[in-house]
Amino acid sequence: MRILSTFGNYILLMRRVFSKPEKVKVYYKQTLQEIENLGINSIGIVIIISVFMGAVITLQTRYNLENPLIPLYLIGLTARDSMLLEFSSTIVGLILAGKVGSNVASEIGHMRITEQIDALEIMGINSASYLILPKIIAAVLFNPFLTIISMFVGIAGGWLASVTTGALSSADYIMGIQYWFIPFYITYSEIKTIVFAFIITSVPAFFGYYVQGGALEVGKASTKGVVTSSILILLFNTILTQLLLA
Amino acid sequence: MIVVENIFKSFDGTPILEDISVTFEKGKTNLIIGRSGSGKTVLMKSIIGLHDINEGKILYDDRDFVTMTQKEKQDLRKEMGMLFQGSALFDSLTVEENIIFPLNMFTKLSQEEKTERANFCLKRVNLENVNHLYPAELSGGMKKRVAIARAIVQNPKYLFCDEPNSGLDPKTAIVIDNLISEITHEFDITTIVNTHDMNSVMEIGEKVIFLHNGLKCWEGSNNEILHSDDQYLNDFIFASNFAKKIRDMEK
Repeated sequence: MRILSTFGNYILLMRRVFSKPEKVKVYYKQTLQEIENLGINSIGIVIIISVFMGAVITLQTRYNLENPLIPLYLIGLTARDSMLLEFSSTIVGLILAGKVGSNVASEIGHMRITEQIDALEIMGINSASYLILPKIIAAVLFNPFLTIISMFVGIAGGWLASVTTGALSSADYIMGIQYWFIPFYITYSEIKTIVFAFIITSVPAFFGYYVQGGALEVGKASTKGVVTSSILILLFNTILTQLLLA
Repeated sequence: MIVVENIFKSFDGTPILEDISVTFEKGKTNLIIGRSGSGKTVLMKSIIGLHDINEGKILYDDRDFVTMTQKEKQDLRKEMGMLFQGSALFDSLTVEENIIFPLNMFTKLSQEEKTERANFCLKRVNLENVNHLYPAELSGGMKKRVAIARAIVQNPKYLFCDEPNSGLDPKTAIVIDNLISEITHEFDITTIVNTHDMNSVMEIGEKVIFLHNGLKCWEGSNNEILHSDDQYLNDFIFASNFAKKIRDMEK
């Protein structure tokens, strides 16, 4: 029952978020600001995670591949497809749920407890839309670029690990990443990224927007936002995979 | 003028406001006083629409606020200004950006015109050369003054002040009180101030209502308040030894 009530409140909030903006120019500026805060400032962490993920996938595949009949270039293919299908969208999504989600929930929660949201309402501004819509748009627009960056960097990380450890020759790895490439995997990954971007901004924003109390409650709302959005990412990952790949 | 008629408000079945009726007059500083937890803030937030009331009417110059759509309420709120207890300035914006924020949202003024308006409002609250400071760089009294400047930037018809003196020293508190009173008279605004500070009551309380446990117990002016025979009001006014001594001296 409580879940239904929470879901109902979330839908009502989203209805307010997607109502007509008071002034498009102000929202546009706000969206650019959020692209910097939530997107550009996440490039570093995405690169670091992706390099290591690509490297580890490559090394693990190599060390578990003992059958001499299996060609080594399949390691490159495995690294590429793992990055494309799962890691660059889902794992990066989960990492961003932590980074971006806690940022969004605590920022909006702080504004709630310090009455800044009430101040916006008193000015006649739709606070839900003004605060949340630019974040959603920014993430939905920019996160697909983060996914592309993650794919390239992850595959490069795999190559780097192969070459530096001697686990695989550069030629084998490059042949593997070119072999049997299915472009739809990128589309699939980007569709997932867009859905995850919506989740990791709107869900923590919901928990932050309705926080009551003080700093402790803002912290709890932030944790709830991150945990809930992470679970939803995993749930939607399964649903979308069934819908798009089955 | 704001007319409140027979409003009731409860949270999870617990009544907070019961059958409150009062008229807040134009061009006057109307004070809502009472102990902590008496329902002052809930009453003010109900009048503004931040809390939905269970029953009753709220009329802004004969416009029924309760039955308005969300859009109509948003439009009416453009005629309101509010000074919050903690000032509620936007942390990420400078003083000037805070003040011109409503102008950015609702007007087509040029940047020069907006800056000019911000400077006028800052001057009106006796602050100058603070345009580029952030709220974190201001003292409590300065924050309140910036918040007042932001509240009046759009020439509001209605001004709401929630505990304007909380956290301020007595001298600064009087400055803020007088500023609110001056602005009310100068711009002919309907002002409602929420306070439990008796200095404010005596300084600017042209009309005062006293709440106790969600009920309106007394209504009058600052000239009449010391002669009330309401037991709860007298307990509230003469709570401190200082006030008791003054009363005894007068006797």
